Amino acid sequence: MTTIIEALRQGLTEAMVADPRVFVMGEDIRIGGSFHLTLGLLDQFGPERIRDTPVAEAGFVGLAIGAAIGGLRPVVDFQYGDFLLLAADQVMQQATKLRFMSGGQLHVPLVLHAPTGASGRGAQHANSIENFFYGIPGLIVGVPSTPYDAKGMMTAAIHAETPVLICSHKHLYGSKGRRLEAGPGATGEVPTEPYEIPVGKAVVRRSGRDVTIVSALLMVHRSLQAAVVLADEGIEAEVIDLRWLSPLDTETVVESVRRTGRLLVVEEGPPRNGWGGAIAAAAADQALGALDAPIRRLTGPDTPIPFAPHLEAAVVPTPERIAAEVRRLMGAD
Amino acid sequence: MQADVSPAAELDRDLDAPLDLSSIAPALAMSLYARMRLIREFEQRVNKLFLQGKIPGTIHLSHGQEACAVGASAAIRTTDWATFTHRGHGQALAKGISARALMAELFARETGCCRGMGGSLHVGDMKVCGLPAISIVGASIPIAAGLAYAARAEEGDRIALCFTGDGALTEGDSHEGYNLAALWHLPVVYVCENNLYSISTRVERQAAVPSVATRMEAYGIPVETVDGNDVTAVYAAATRAVAAARAGDGPRFVECLTYRQGGHKRDDPATYRPRVEVEMWLARDPVVRMRRALDAAGLTADADAADASAVVAIDDAAAFADASPLASGVIE
Repeated sequence: MTTIIEALRQGLTEAMVADPRVFVMGEDIRIGGSFHLTLGLLDQFGPERIRDTPVAEAGFVGLAIGAAIGGLRPVVDFQYGDFLLLAADQVMQQATKLRFMSGGQLHVPLVLHAPTGASGRGAQHANSIENFFYGIPGLIVGVPSTPYDAKGMMTAAIHAETPVLICSHKHLYGSKGRRLEAGPGATGEVPTEPYEIPVGKAVVRRSGRDVTIVSALLMVHRSLQAAVVLADEGIEAEVIDLRWLSPLDTETVVESVRRTGRLLVVEEGPPRNGWGGAIAAAAADQALGALDAPIRRLTGPDTPIPFAPHLEAAVVPTPERIAAEVRRLMGAD
Repeated sequence: MQADVSPAAELDRDLDAPLDLSSIAPALAMSLYARMRLIREFEQRVNKLFLQGKIPGTIHLSHGQEACAVGASAAIRTTDWATFTHRGHGQALAKGISARALMAELFARETGCCRGMGGSLHVGDMKVCGLPAISIVGASIPIAAGLAYAARAEEGDRIALCFTGDGALTEGDSHEGYNLAALWHLPVVYVCENNLYSISTRVERQAAVPSVATRMEAYGIPVETVDGNDVTAVYAAATRAVAAARAGDGPRFVECLTYRQGGHKRDDPATYRPRVEVEMWLARDPVVRMRRALDAAGLTADADAADASAVVAIDDAAAFADASPLASGVIE
C-alpha cells in the first residue's frame, strides 16, 4: 500500500526521469525534506536537481520563478505551508501575474508543494494555508486526499504551464514516524505508470440521496467516516472531494445539491477566508430552488490552532461534529 | 567615523570634468548618446502626453538617469535577460524595445510591447529578453538570479542583468536574492541606479550603513561604484561586470550614482530635496555631459543628427500609439 507522500514522490520521480528540466528546491531536501517528499532522490538525481536552499522562502521562490521563465521546470518543496507567507508577494504578485502583465509573452511553469493543516505543532505551523491562496487569479491550487490523486495531481502540476500550489495534509502523509489519519483511502494502490488527474475536476467519493457534504483534504476522510455512521441511521450522505480549490468545480457540487436538496460544507480552516463561502454562494446561486434546508458550513475556529492535542481536537471538525451537523440539516436533531 | 558616502562628496571633483571618450570608438560613443537622447525625448514627451490625458494610470519618469540604463544595456546582448524597475522606460528602450511598442504600451494599446496589459509600470518585451518590469521593489532580485540559474543550465554564456534602485536594497527579497546569487555563483549582474532617494527618503535615512558597496561586499558580491551620470564610466564598469559573470565568476554589482531630475512620479514636485542639491545634479546632466564630449571630439554634426532623429522617432511613436486600437484584454 502506498501513502500520499510516497505517491507524490512517485509522480515527482517519474517527471524528473522523463524531463531533465525538472528540478526540486527547498530546505533540507537532500535529507528528504520535512515530510520526506524527496527522500532518497538525492542518490538518484544528485545535488543539482535536489537543490538544498538556505532559509529564504521569498528568495528561492523568486529564483524558481526566474528559472521557470528561463526554461526550467522547478518544483519548490516547503517545509510547512505556513512558510509560504514569507514568499507571499513572489507567489501572489510575481508567479501569477507576470504572464498576464506581459500580455501572454511568457509562462511560469512552477510547482509549489506545501504541507498544510493542524497537526499538533501549534499556531504557526497549523494554518490551512490553501485558504490564503485559493482565490488568487492565475494560481492553480490542488488538495489531494488520496495516494491515487496525489500522484496524478503532482504529475498534472509539473506538466502545467502555469503556477500550481499543491497542499497536502500533514495527517495524511504517513511519513515514517508520523501519524496517519485512519480511514479508507489514506493509503492505497497507485498505478506504476504516469497519469494525470484533470485540473479542476472534483470527485464524488460516496454517493447518497439525502445530503451533499463538500470537503477537501483531511475533512474528506472525516466526512466519509461520518457518512458511515449516518448510513446506520438511515441517512445517505453524498461526499464530494473537491481535489482542486482553484479552479473550483462548482458544477459537480450544484449537480449533487439539486439531487439531495441539502448542502453541508466541511472545512478545517477558519470561516471567513474559507473556500466554503464560494461553494455556498454557487449553490445559492444555481440550486436555491432545490434546497430543502439552509446551506450549512462547518469550519475550523475563528482563532489560531492550539498545539495541545485535546484543544486541537476540540476545534478541528471531527466525524462526530460532521454527523451532528448533518442530523441538524435533516431536521433529525 | 562614518564615511561621507554622499555622491555629492564623491563626485564634486568631477562636476565639470569632460567625459573621457578615449577608450571607446566614436561609433559607440554616438550610439550611446543617441540612445540617451531617445530616452530623454521619450520621457519629456510622455510627460506632456500624460498631462494631455493620453496616458492613463501613473508614470515614473527616468530623465536624469539615462546614462545608467544606456551604459549598462550597451554591455549586454539582446539574448541576455534583463529585468526592469517601476522607473523602467529608459531601461526598456536601452534594452532594445522599440519606442513605438513602448509608447503604445503606455497608451494601453493592443500594439504595445505587452499588448496593453502591463502599462508604464510593467514594460517589457520577451523578443529582446526583457521581462515585464517588476514594480514591487526588491522582488526582481531573486527572479533575476533565477533567470541566471536557467541560463547557466543552457549551452552558451547567457547572463541576466537586473536593474534596481537604492530603495530595493532594504527589502527582504533583495537580501535573500543577493545571498542566493552569490552562494550559487550565478551569472547575474545587478545594476543599482542609486538616485539617493526612495521617493522622499534619502539614503542616510534608509540604512545605518548607507554605503551600498559596503553592504554588497558583505554578501560576497564584488562591487564597482561609478559616476552614474557618465555613460562611458557606466559602460566600462558594466562591461567588466558582464565579462566576469559570463566567465562563470559569479554575480557582480554596479552601483551608479545618479539623480532623478523629476519627482518620484508625475504628481510629486519633490520639494523634499534641497534646491542646492537639485541644481548641482542638474548641472551634471548625463545627456549634456556626453554632448559636450562629442562636441569636443568634433562630432557636433553627428550629435545634431541624433537629436533630430530622437524627435522624429518619438513623434512617430506617439502618432503610432494614438492611432492603435485599445488593448483587447485577450491573452492567448
